[in-house]
Amino acid sequence: MKSWNRFKNSYLLYSFKRDPVAILSFCVLSILVIISILAPVITPYNTYDSATFDIMDAETPPAWMEGGSKSFLLGTDIQGRDLLSTMIYGLRVSLLIGVGAVLFQALVGILVGLLSGYLGGKLDALLMRIADIQFSIPYLIVAIFTSAIFKLAFGVGRYAELAVPLLIIIIGMSEWPKYARTVRASVLGEKNKEYVEAARVIGISRWHIMYRHVLPNTLTPVLVISTIQVAEAVMSEAALSFLGLGMPITKPSLGSLIRAGFEYIFSGSWWITFFPGALLVIFILVILLLGDWLRDVLNPKLYKG
Amino acid sequence: MEQNNSLLTVKDLVKHFDISGGLLDQLALESGRIVRKKTTVKAVNDVSFTIMPQETLGVVGESGCGKSTLARAVLGLYPPNSGEIHYQDQRIDNLNPKQMLPFRKKMQMIFQDPYASLNPRMTVKKILEEPVYFHNKAINAQAAEDKVAEVMRQVGVDPAWSGRYPHEFSGGQRQRISIARALMVDPEFIVADEPVSALDVSIQAQILNLLMEAREKRGLTYMFITHDLSVVKHISTRVAVMYLGTICELAPTQTLYAQPGHPYTRALLSAIPELGVQKPKHLKLKGEVPTPINLPSGCVFHGRCIYANDRCTQEIPRLMRLESGAYVACHGVEEKRI
Amino acid sequence: MRHLLEVKDLEVKFALWFGELTAIDGISFTLDRGERLGIVGESGAGKSVTGFAIINLISKPGYISAGQILFEGQELNRLPEDEMRSIRGNRISMIFQDPMMTLNPVLTIGTQMIETVLAHENVSKSEAVDIALDKLKKVHIPSPEKRIHQYPHECSGGMRQRIVVAIALLTNPALIIADEPTTALDVTIQAEIMDLLLELCESEKMGLILITHDLGVVSQITEKVIVMYAGKIVESGATQSVVQDPKHPYTRGLLKAIPGIIPPGSRLYQIPGMMPNLTEIPQGCSFHPRCTISESICSTEVPALISKDQHHRMVACHMVK
Repeated sequence: MKSWNRFKNSYLLYSFKRDPVAILSFCVLSILVIISILAPVITPYNTYDSATFDIMDAETPPAWMEGGSKSFLLGTDIQGRDLLSTMIYGLRVSLLIGVGAVLFQALVGILVGLLSGYLGGKLDALLMRIADIQFSIPYLIVAIFTSAIFKLAFGVGRYAELAVPLLIIIIGMSEWPKYARTVRASVLGEKNKEYVEAARVIGISRWHIMYRHVLPNTLTPVLVISTIQVAEAVMSEAALSFLGLGMPITKPSLGSLIRAGFEYIFSGSWWITFFPGALLVIFILVILLLGDWLRDVLNPKLYKG
Repeated sequence: MEQNNSLLTVKDLVKHFDISGGLLDQLALESGRIVRKKTTVKAVNDVSFTIMPQETLGVVGESGCGKSTLARAVLGLYPPNSGEIHYQDQRIDNLNPKQMLPFRKKMQMIFQDPYASLNPRMTVKKILEEPVYFHNKAINAQAAEDKVAEVMRQVGVDPAWSGRYPHEFSGGQRQRISIARALMVDPEFIVADEPVSALDVSIQAQILNLLMEAREKRGLTYMFITHDLSVVKHISTRVAVMYLGTICELAPTQTLYAQPGHPYTRALLSAIPELGVQKPKHLKLKGEVPTPINLPSGCVFHGRCIYANDRCTQEIPRLMRLESGAYVACHGVEEKRI
Repeated sequence: MRHLLEVKDLEVKFALWFGELTAIDGISFTLDRGERLGIVGESGAGKSVTGFAIINLISKPGYISAGQILFEGQELNRLPEDEMRSIRGNRISMIFQDPMMTLNPVLTIGTQMIETVLAHENVSKSEAVDIALDKLKKVHIPSPEKRIHQYPHECSGGMRQRIVVAIALLTNPALIIADEPTTALDVTIQAEIMDLLLELCESEKMGLILITHDLGVVSQITEKVIVMYAGKIVESGATQSVVQDPKHPYTRGLLKAIPGIIPPGSRLYQIPGMMPNLTEIPQGCSFHPRCTISESICSTEVPALISKDQHHRMVACHMVK
């Protein structure tokens, strides 16, 4: 109750209420997230079940166009799946991979950044050089190699099952240095503050100081970059899928849907690629807008009166 | 100045910081050859002093003189390069963190910046409980809470506010909370690093009174570090004047202010702005303060001293007892030229 | 005679997200040519805001909501920004606590000084160099010919502040506003800078407004002093008489709270409580909750700043006769 009151009177809520862009973005994002979580309940068709769709319905245009059918609001794809349902499932997969990859990045990055910044010395030099190396390898190359090796080792059939965790790890691995650097910079700022010295004078061990005193004070910038990182991870996943390295078409993400439809764009079936593309753009846009707003509010240097 | 039953003895303490950075930063081109150069800040050089039980030793000096480094070295926050620190009769500078624990309960610290010295993400209650739980794992929640309330009352902060966060308090109140944290473990010895420098005059008086009260009630011993000569005069029993990492004068407060020995002390005292004195006649120093990276040879003060001669540029003066009871490190004073 | 600077009923407000705050609540004072005025107060009293208001540099969300600032007959708070710019840094110079607020770290001292001269005066470049050297000599900087080729980081703190004073002098201003010019400096250097300011004001006939929390510094070099509390002037008058015989209970408390006057070790006088936050300034006299002699009238009526003796002493207190 107390923390709710604190929130009610906070600058965060005040500036949110005064920013129509933030409100709109937040609403759109919430709706998208809720829809994708509830996908199995609210979609008209279960697109993961091949029994529910018919190849005869393939390439049906959206309902309002000539030749459209009332049962497929946004038309169907080349396999005859309802596009709307497929997109919602696709969004769900994209979101899962995006959030998963960011959690993975954050976990690795925060740990590395905290150790590196607080302990310093040779460990710091070593970890930061590893981060530099990691950063200099394009994630596409990593993805191509990993998925090739994986397909060889486990077969294409198993790949479809394990694609989600695999993509989470591939995308997560490529971006953790961003977290590591952000956290390290903020740890360097915090670790010489007097409250840390006070904890040392009490005799508290450095592991405990790192975890209990330094870590909570470095999380604000982590929160800010996390929003942007989710958007970036979703985009990376879409790019990988578009190149055929991501989610298989039987369990599509927004990226693989765009790819699948792309081949038919000139044969007139533009909707197969257009709607997933538009959804991806809206999804990423609202996350970035919300991230921008959050950064402005949490960064006192940009404080606006 | 070897005294028995002293509380704290510091012998020839040296603390240098290596600021040369990584290997690449250390490389320099010198007369056509690449050499590896180390840059060290010589913050504290051969400092010795003792603190007797229940006295307050003031340490004054200008910025960069090493007084804060000295404070942190005494508490083991910076391991010294050489020298010894004894607490009562136990040497403490070479102890590991576990062996140091019993001394952590006896020695505490108060900091300068009331905004940086409290963890912004912890409530006052959590901040104050932490040392109690840490040093007494068996204590029950009620006892810890009572202790927090008791100490908060002693420093003049309403215990009803213990659930609040530091940013909800003013600078003066935060400094009281910072003092409360130091008092939570019932220490014997407190190092106070510029505890009133960041505060307004009216709040400064409140905090100084609080520190003096705590000293009387709890029989505390202070090492009081400040750049403010009026504050140090008010609270200390003895004063050490530091310049560029060395103590140049150490004397009972009355003696120091009545008859300063070292030329630096004289200049410092004459520079205090006094109320109601219009045109100040302060002693002017020549030259600039050297950096602690390139310390001058001989007496570190010789470049700014109007009495300096050849001996001062070559030989490092040692602290020497005068008839007045003061210790002064100055060749000029020793030779009775000043 | 016309005053050099006349501030009349100045009021500064800040429009913040939770409402408007009054940082300065109707203050008035005058300054003549060659006169030195100290503005004293604790943090939050509004002394720095006063300095910024005079040169019209209050940044958003703050604004001057009422009052007049007359400088050499011009009403500064009504001037358009481009005309104000030709006065600021020219007729009025400002010295800040941190010299690096004035100095640009990537330009040499000479470049910065010459640019300033060329911006305000119609002289050739070599004349500008001469002016710069002359001013550096005035602030007792040894070998100025070498200094002008150096960068700010090559100088010590005291040297930098002296260079800032030299820059302030470049355009022969009629008024210098110094905001805590020595707070970041050591006592020995503080004493030098204060000597310097005093000497320059006397030799150049400049007006000086010294904004500081340190009554000792003010009593050294100023002739008049204003004591501010919570955005208002509580006492003003000749510095020596205010310091030696303070009338307002706040001024009295402030002077008694300074260590060094009473015997060492004895309990210092302490003003109870603390300066109110600008969001919760008390009714009536804003000092009354902390005052030891307040009566019922103090909590209801705002005391006017009125003369209490013949020596231009003004006090805002119901209880002082």
